[in-house]
Amino acid sequence: MNAIEVKNLKKYFGEVKAVDDISLKVKQGELFAFLGLNGAGKSTTISIICGALKKDEGKVFVNGFDIDTDIDKIKNDIGIVFQGSALDKPLSVLENLRSRAALYGISGKEFDERMTKINEMFELEQVLKRPYGKLSGGQKRRVDFARALIHNPKILILDEPTTGLDPQSRIMVWNTVDKLRKERGLTVFLTTHYMEEAAEADFVVILDSGKTVAEGTPNFLKEKYSSDSVKVYNDVEKETLKQRNLDFTEENGYINIKAKNIAEAKKIIIENADIFDDFEIIKGKMDDVFLNATGKALQGGDE
Amino acid sequence: MTDIKFLVKRNIKMFFKDKGLFFTSLITPFILLVLYSTFLSNVYKSSFVENLPKGFKVADSLINGLVGGQLIGSLLAVSCITVAFCSNMLMVQDKFNGARDDFRITPVKSSHLALGYFLATLTCTFIICLFAMVAGLIYIACIGWYITATDILMLILTLFIMVIFGTSLSSVINFFLSSQGQISAVGSLVSSVYGFICGAYMPISTFSDGLQKVISFLPGTYGTSLIKQNALRGVFEEMSKTHFPSKEIEMIKDSIDYNLYFFDNKVSTLSMYAIISGFSIAMLLLYILMNKFSKKTK
Repeated sequence: MNAIEVKNLKKYFGEVKAVDDISLKVKQGELFAFLGLNGAGKSTTISIICGALKKDEGKVFVNGFDIDTDIDKIKNDIGIVFQGSALDKPLSVLENLRSRAALYGISGKEFDERMTKINEMFELEQVLKRPYGKLSGGQKRRVDFARALIHNPKILILDEPTTGLDPQSRIMVWNTVDKLRKERGLTVFLTTHYMEEAAEADFVVILDSGKTVAEGTPNFLKEKYSSDSVKVYNDVEKETLKQRNLDFTEENGYINIKAKNIAEAKKIIIENADIFDDFEIIKGKMDDVFLNATGKALQGGDE
Repeated sequence: MTDIKFLVKRNIKMFFKDKGLFFTSLITPFILLVLYSTFLSNVYKSSFVENLPKGFKVADSLINGLVGGQLIGSLLAVSCITVAFCSNMLMVQDKFNGARDDFRITPVKSSHLALGYFLATLTCTFIICLFAMVAGLIYIACIGWYITATDILMLILTLFIMVIFGTSLSSVINFFLSSQGQISAVGSLVSSVYGFICGAYMPISTFSDGLQKVISFLPGTYGTSLIKQNALRGVFEEMSKTHFPSKEIEMIKDSIDYNLYFFDNKVSTLSMYAIISGFSIAMLLLYILMNKFSKKTK
């Protein structure tokens, strides 16, 4: 059974086709990345999956439950870390978590037990009584994760969780996600516009203007939408390269030779071993995948 | 019902911890206090003394009791509405600061959310109004006390009805708001206009006939009158005991909106309670219907 299954999903806002016939499957325990520019339809799809927004057409199943008939069961199975802060700034961390847990029917002893586990996981002890609004960016994100997991969901949706965070906090977020996946087998549905984050996913769907334009594992996408290359750092006669019909460009301090795939890169090195002394094979990047799949450059692609 | 309990608790805490919401709600009562302490109190006193029958003397404490009763009557009438509006702004704030999105991904029913806001606003407003009432009564005790225990109980009951009125009215109006700009606009409008149209800043009897007729259609007017009746009943009884001409007493009652007229017909106290309660129930039903039939998800 898939954790999430979306079939021919459509959501229009007047003339704007926010989600235009999207279909996708997220396997249980998978890290699924939803990649797209702002306005591509990522957040709209998420809002529909978690029942916060009504769809126009299509079917959505979460852990086998139909969103049209079993929305409450689905809501109990999903935890979300929003891009922006959704907790109450004037209230303490404990007050925030207590009030949100109560919305899932968790209170009293059950809440205390849940808090003990959450505390262990996110080391919140020192900030529990502090107002949420006065925490640092990294501390807030830890509390956001705690809130998303307070009801023990099976699926964690991360809506651009690292946007606007400093590098240290981004590392903290990803360590947390890795830990959750290893220890609890959580299915993680990630929306992002950071290439290096998408590259770590098990499966990637690239959205553009509400439509799926590419999907597959990062390796498959790199294979299909980007090319590998051989970087040669020693001095090589350009005439020689031309005579050997190599597709190359001169870069700052090296020569970049294009290869369709890793096999061709290997062949280039073997056939030109007499002139290559200092070289490396560079795999295709997700930036190239996005650029080639959508025709648009993605911000934050610093892989 | 656990969710409602926690929602109400959360909303009450948010109101009292959010300095913006809390202090904004106290602006209008504060303006009223300033108006009374700077000139309204003296205007009422001198107006009362000037209109006394020739050779008639009245104890200072009675005059002070009359003016003080008007002050707390006006103060409480305004507070019931303006505090309710500000407290209920939380439901709008939650729409644009992301909290509502966070609620919508939980299994909590939208009716429970709506009830949470309603009950929290009711509680916050009633608490603040009770504090204002106690402060007002202490003030009256210092300057001229003519209030009985029954008056205080009736005052509390009237206050509660008025708080329900303010909460249900603000629930219906705030339901349509969704931005900070709208909050500021409605908040300013209510704070500045309500004091006038309910007769808190100036008695309605001082307005033109046409305006008086228009205002007589507004239910809040009768709420102000009811609160004044409970705060001033003892003062007028004392006046009767001191053989104050009953015609004069009625004139004073008319001039300070103790008595209200709907197209020249005097509105009885019972009718006033019926009007304010009926309107509150109607608003409450409207709020329930709006929540029931509004699209939970766009």
